[in-house]
Amino acid sequence: MTQHTQTTTTGPPLATAGALRPLVAQTGAEIYMTLRRGETLLLTLGIPVVFLVFFSKVSVVSTPTPNPADFFVPGILSLAVMSTAMVSLGIATGFERGYGVLKRLGSTPLGRPRLLGAKIVTIVAVELLQAAVLLPVGLALGWNPGGSGAVAVPGAIGAILLGSAAFAGIGLLMAGTLRAEVNLAAANGLYLVLLLLGGMIVPISKLGSGLAAFTKLLPAEALSAALHATLGSGAAVPTESWVVLAVWAVAAPVAAALTFRWE
Amino acid sequence: MPAVRVAGLTVRYGPLGTAPAVDGVDLSAEAGEVLVVLGPNGAGKTSTVETLEGYRRPVAGDVEVLGLDPRADHAALTGRIGVMLQRGGAYPILGPRRVLDLFAGYYADPVPTPELLDLMGLQAVAQTPWRHLSGGEQQRLSLALALIGRPDVAFLDEPTAGVDPEGRIAIRHVVSGLKESGVCVLMTTHELTEAERMADRIVILSHGRVVREGTLAELTERTGVQGVRAPTTTVAFGAPPHLDCAALAAALTQATASSEPARATETSPGRYRIDAAAPGPALTAAIATYLADRGAALTDLVVGQTLEDVYFAAVGADVAQQPNNEQDRGPTRTRRRRAARRPRP
Repeated sequence: MTQHTQTTTTGPPLATAGALRPLVAQTGAEIYMTLRRGETLLLTLGIPVVFLVFFSKVSVVSTPTPNPADFFVPGILSLAVMSTAMVSLGIATGFERGYGVLKRLGSTPLGRPRLLGAKIVTIVAVELLQAAVLLPVGLALGWNPGGSGAVAVPGAIGAILLGSAAFAGIGLLMAGTLRAEVNLAAANGLYLVLLLLGGMIVPISKLGSGLAAFTKLLPAEALSAALHATLGSGAAVPTESWVVLAVWAVAAPVAAALTFRWE
Repeated sequence: MPAVRVAGLTVRYGPLGTAPAVDGVDLSAEAGEVLVVLGPNGAGKTSTVETLEGYRRPVAGDVEVLGLDPRADHAALTGRIGVMLQRGGAYPILGPRRVLDLFAGYYADPVPTPELLDLMGLQAVAQTPWRHLSGGEQQRLSLALALIGRPDVAFLDEPTAGVDPEGRIAIRHVVSGLKESGVCVLMTTHELTEAERMADRIVILSHGRVVREGTLAELTERTGVQGVRAPTTTVAFGAPPHLDCAALAAALTQATASSEPARATETSPGRYRIDAAAPGPALTAAIATYLADRGAALTDLVVGQTLEDVYFAAVGADVAQQPNNEQDRGPTRTRRRRAARRPRP
């Protein structure tokens, strides 16, 4: 190995690579690993695409819109956000914690803020990829969002950002406190529950008034309601959806930060 | 200034912080020195090292690495230390080349990946995901990750655990290279042979306290009481298992005309230890004669204390001094170990 040149016991830290290079390296690795994990691709792209095509073409669920695609495109987009920000992030982080990866990274110049930054950039990149796949598929299925794009698009983007923060907080809350295997089961179980109760595939009106009232407190329902309003009918995001999303987007990450165990 | 300095370090665990893991440990290591920390499970090795790495917050004591506080100055230190975890610590789906390239991105002047792959003998498995590497290959990759940032201080936790003989030689070579280039190496291990071969100085911990410290030569000069030269000669050797130790001891006492009776112990099947108040040459000659008379082969004869002798004496002495220690797992294990070392009836 190349001989070391710095052997003094005092002096400034010379070996860090600046702020950006570690972030770029870590982000590249996170995206590479995300795209290499078959189960992640199935969860984040395969299932949403299959669900979108299947439910839009097969009349299994009666939708509140005349064109099924107008209901399922926003709903499946909500599902995709939840898959990426909560399930994929949470399971991967849980196993990284279990394998000691997070502990080792803690002793490198990468640091926690840049690790978190890399994961956020990765979530955004995967969500962009999901949108790039799902929206054209939706258009091919006859999705025709009405209303004003000037109102709907910023609202949808804002809701997706808040929803991503909320789901990421929930995913990291579980990843930072549960054993990797338990976290895997819990994340998948929660995914299924929120999929059924979040108004993504089954309209809330089908759940009954008591259950529907409860689901309105969930981030899944708030996000799907926001996207149904914006991407389904071109309307603004309902105020109650903003409130629920904002509360979850703050509370879940804070809870994760307070309870997260790095090893 | 030492590269690593620990004074009065106390670390406690448990919900109320009452379970002592490290209890007033003092140690230091200089640049270009290999300090090996030995001790049984629960002795406080990992807690001590993880405090130095900045992972643990001490209850009391001063800890400095390169003159910096490992927690308060953690960001400044991370570019100057290398950490090898006991196990894990790498992404399971990444191969050595990719994970080394990733870690190289964290540092301003990393060791080139091909150089590390060659050094650690990982070129043939450079693309193999970590989860498919053998235990020894995973250890060598873990060591490579600790070195990629050209650290001034390297913390190596059980670097040779699960490593094949060729890998051990490679790791010894790497540690020797680090020492020559002025890196301070602080290594924990259970493997006494590796400690004997690599350490400049050795610290033995038991129940969170330093019970022995010194160079190998200094440690093996001592008996159960620190600083007192052995009044007896100790010889270890290999022979067929299940020899009559009482008869052997009596024969050696008579053959060497000792004033005190010799002690013979079968420390493990086919491995014996003699403690006798007789000069080494006379004692070894008597052992050889005794075995030759019985047609038994004599192998691996070592005169004097080994590090293993010192280690078990130190750990055992510490247990004896702490009969009511809160951490009862250690004494129980040690009692089992000591029982296993007693001569067979």
